[in-house]
Amino acid sequence: MIVAEQKPLNEIKSMLKGCKKVLAVGCGTCVTVCFAGGRQEVGVLSASLRMSTDLDGDVVNVDEAIVQRQCEAEYNAPLEAGLDEYDAILSLGCGVGVQSLAQQFPEKRVLPALNTKFMGYPAEHGVWEERCQGCGNCVLHLTGGICPVSRCAKSLFNGPCGGSQAGICEVDATTECAWHLICENQLKLGLFDEMMEVQPAKDWSSARDGGHRRIIREDVRIPDEEKA
Amino acid sequence: MSTMKYPAFTMPESNARPMSERCDSNLTRLLAADEFVVTGELGPPKGHDAEEVRKKARMLLGSVDAANVTDNQAAVVRMSSIAAGLIMMNEGVEPIIQMTCRDRNRLAMQADLLGAYALGIRNLLCLSGDHQSHGNHPGAKNVHDLDSMQFLRMVSDMREEGKFQCGEEISGGGLQLLVGGAANPFADPAEWRPYRLAKKGIAGADFVQTQLVYDMECFREYMKRVVDMGVAEQVKIIVGVGPLKSAGMAKFMRDRIPGMTVPDATIERMAGAVAGIDTEKKAERSAAWKAEGIKICIEQIQEMREIEGIAGVHIMAIEWEEAVKPIAEAAGLLPRPIMEV
Ligand code: SF4
Ligand code: SF4
Repeated sequence: MIVAEQKPLNEIKSMLKGCKKVLAVGCGTCVTVCFAGGRQEVGVLSASLRMSTDLDGDVVNVDEAIVQRQCEAEYNAPLEAGLDEYDAILSLGCGVGVQSLAQQFPEKRVLPALNTKFMGYPAEHGVWEERCQGCGNCVLHLTGGICPVSRCAKSLFNGPCGGSQAGICEVDATTECAWHLICENQLKLGLFDEMMEVQPAKDWSSARDGGHRRIIREDVRIPDEEKA
Repeated sequence: MSTMKYPAFTMPESNARPMSERCDSNLTRLLAADEFVVTGELGPPKGHDAEEVRKKARMLLGSVDAANVTDNQAAVVRMSSIAAGLIMMNEGVEPIIQMTCRDRNRLAMQADLLGAYALGIRNLLCLSGDHQSHGNHPGAKNVHDLDSMQFLRMVSDMREEGKFQCGEEISGGGLQLLVGGAANPFADPAEWRPYRLAKKGIAGADFVQTQLVYDMECFREYMKRVVDMGVAEQVKIIVGVGPLKSAGMAKFMRDRIPGMTVPDATIERMAGAVAGIDTEKKAERSAAWKAEGIKICIEQIQEMREIEGIAGVHIMAIEWEEAVKPIAEAAGLLPRPIMEV
């Protein structure tokens, strides 16, 4: 899922400068699961903003809304009717959610209340870890099911570097060395021989380096004449 | 330590040309002739004063066969290794240019290598590079377009096939560079380390230089594995040694530098060097420590010469370059042979 966390309150307040009334919109999917932008977080943030701006003597009225999936237009459509009264939309969706709203309601300012961090996994309650960078050419079959692109600080492809120590990455004492884990897994799976094959230079054109990415699937695409 | 057993491994047959034909550097000729080589290290300045490079180069001149020029070492910005290497070369010391995967993508790497080659630089050390979070620009974007194995492979193909990484021909033919990598015998997983060295050879490394070695026992074991795999026949292994400056430095290296082991006996020996010297007599203590550090280093080099599979020593005395000469001298490594083409 997409993992995000809330921006500091002061940063959000400074984004709201000049607004009298805003609509805070949460999202019921990823950011609900990671406790960043669900119904509850919308409620708490809205209350904090009302209180804090009131204390500052320049109150911003905040209304609350939640949509099931902010990254899809059809879920956001019902918001349109009441938008006139707001100076801005404060989105508690991920970066995709924010952009969906901005694209759908071009006459409204849409502000991000979250920092979208990564595609990750809940390692334990309250701890999320990055698992994928969407490199566009998955190598997990070669790496024991552990992603070297997102989990190795140097995105290495050919085994642990000289800084791996007791299973920990040289970059940060709290992070496991992804390649240590890959070594262990490949041994367990009887696939260590693969680790001795020099993995060739990666073609990064499938990643963000290749420019803005898009997938077109003609088999599921709706022809223009039917769209109407 | 892993409880799982690593499978047996033997270095595949190499079809590489003889070492002497790969490059025309002094270091190549010595390695090809099976001379026990001595390399040193020069850290370029955090500024643009060429004289600083020249001064350090003069301290190394005559004591080493070639010297590494570090590339933004520890992710701290310094004078470019190629520029400093050229200044050093003009002082008569053959450079081994270090280049990291952290700061350059494959375009920049290849362009800089063409330039370095045009300037007469012939030895290259391919590194991943320390992570920028440890350096003085922690907010920098790191590159890691290639990893160090892929980097080695690219440069070895640039030499053997005369082609860029993309497959296009290099105009004027291949770069006859001697290509090396780094090896850390003490990093984890410990069992992996000999395999990694082997893999660097497969990727195209002509030589490797190791991290500083203090723990001889561990190192002997590592070398035994490496030799048994048949790696030393294909990759020249140059061992990193360096004089300790004080007992405190020894402890710091043991406790704080990832991938570094310093045996307790060495630390005790360093501590013992100042026995009886008043703690107030700072200069005297420092001199005693340094003398002991140099002595340990010399003994180590002598031991290294007896270990199978070692092609030479890499004496690292960063910011203490003047120590290299007395060490090389007392270890019986001077004068350095010069092998003309
Ligand atoms: S290899 Fe690429 S696609 Fe696969 S998990 Fe890693 S970043 Fe994601
Ligand atoms: S220590 Fe492991 S995870 Fe960290 S950079 Fe090195 S190989 Fe990658």
